[in-house]
Amino acid sequence: MLWVAQRATAVVLALCVLVHLATIIYAVRGGLSAAEILARTRGSTAWATFYVIFVLAVAVHGAIGLRAVAAEWLGFRGEAAEFAMTLVGLALAIMGLRAVVAVFA
Amino acid sequence: MTALRVRVWRGGRDGRFEAFEVPRLPSQTVLDVVTHIQRHLDPTLSYRFACRVGMCGSCAMTVNGTPRWTCRTHVDKVGADGTLEIAPLANLPVVKDLVSDMREFFDKWARARGQFVPTATRADGFAVVKPDSPPRREADAGIECIGCGVCYAACDVVTWNRDYLGPAALNRAWTLVNDVRDGAQAERLAAVAGDAGCHSCHTLMSCTEHCPKALSPTRAISGLKRATARAAFGWQDEAESL
Repeated sequence: MLWVAQRATAVVLALCVLVHLATIIYAVRGGLSAAEILARTRGSTAWATFYVIFVLAVAVHGAIGLRAVAAEWLGFRGEAAEFAMTLVGLALAIMGLRAVVAVFA
Repeated sequence: MTALRVRVWRGGRDGRFEAFEVPRLPSQTVLDVVTHIQRHLDPTLSYRFACRVGMCGSCAMTVNGTPRWTCRTHVDKVGADGTLEIAPLANLPVVKDLVSDMREFFDKWARARGQFVPTATRADGFAVVKPDSPPRREADAGIECIGCGVCYAACDVVTWNRDYLGPAALNRAWTLVNDVRDGAQAERLAAVAGDAGCHSCHTLMSCTEHCPKALSPTRAISGLKRATARAAFGWQDEAESL
């Protein structure tokens, strides 16, 4: 059922990316320092939740997408490929969640 | 009378092209050219054909790099500069010369559950299927496939993924998904989902571009994508064919 996960996360990402980009453009209009950003983001449960969802969707979607690219373009498939793509997904999730903790905790 | 310079694939996978000169005739088809070579120049040349009128789907070959039905392809259209390069269909093993091994192509029709599974017996009356009902129209759009393998040879996804069921098998499955008399819908949708099935299609549309019957396997495959998604999310409803 990887294709179901791929399509479901695509829907989530379509919304998340829009919100993410719109927020960046809106927030930095007048110039913004790292300290000012952190002052706004720290402790915001709503934004933390949003970015946790965003990160998890990226991890799932990216890993499944790379799995298809690896299979079709590199001929890399089978158990080794499944294992490698699981690692990629986990790595994306860990790196993303670390960033979420750093910005919002 | 001018001569056509024709290069024809000889041997199996490790074969090579062999050059022939064939007289140019009016209204000549590519199949006529191949037949001339076999009858007058080299009787050991192997190729397939049967009906010669675009019904049977057995004469498809690669002509100047493009998969085509050779009996309905005029030399005027593809060899205007007086040269032709004729090879067996791509994406299939070569048996010999211009003959491809079609087994995997048709095995995939079976794997895509391309068989009609009846729900009625001979004791039942005729099923009434309205000709203008949406499922019937959807089935009509794909039912004229002659199984020539041109779409399969044209499909890049088949090249990249040897397990991919391919446009013709998925088109066949879609006509049966729209057959209200069929009793294997859940099994068929399960068979065409997944890595080898409709969701691997990249919508490149080579199948639709090359289909000699002007069918759109791409449309069939997108229909299967929607139908399998509805089945996966439990949205089985009367909108099956929309």
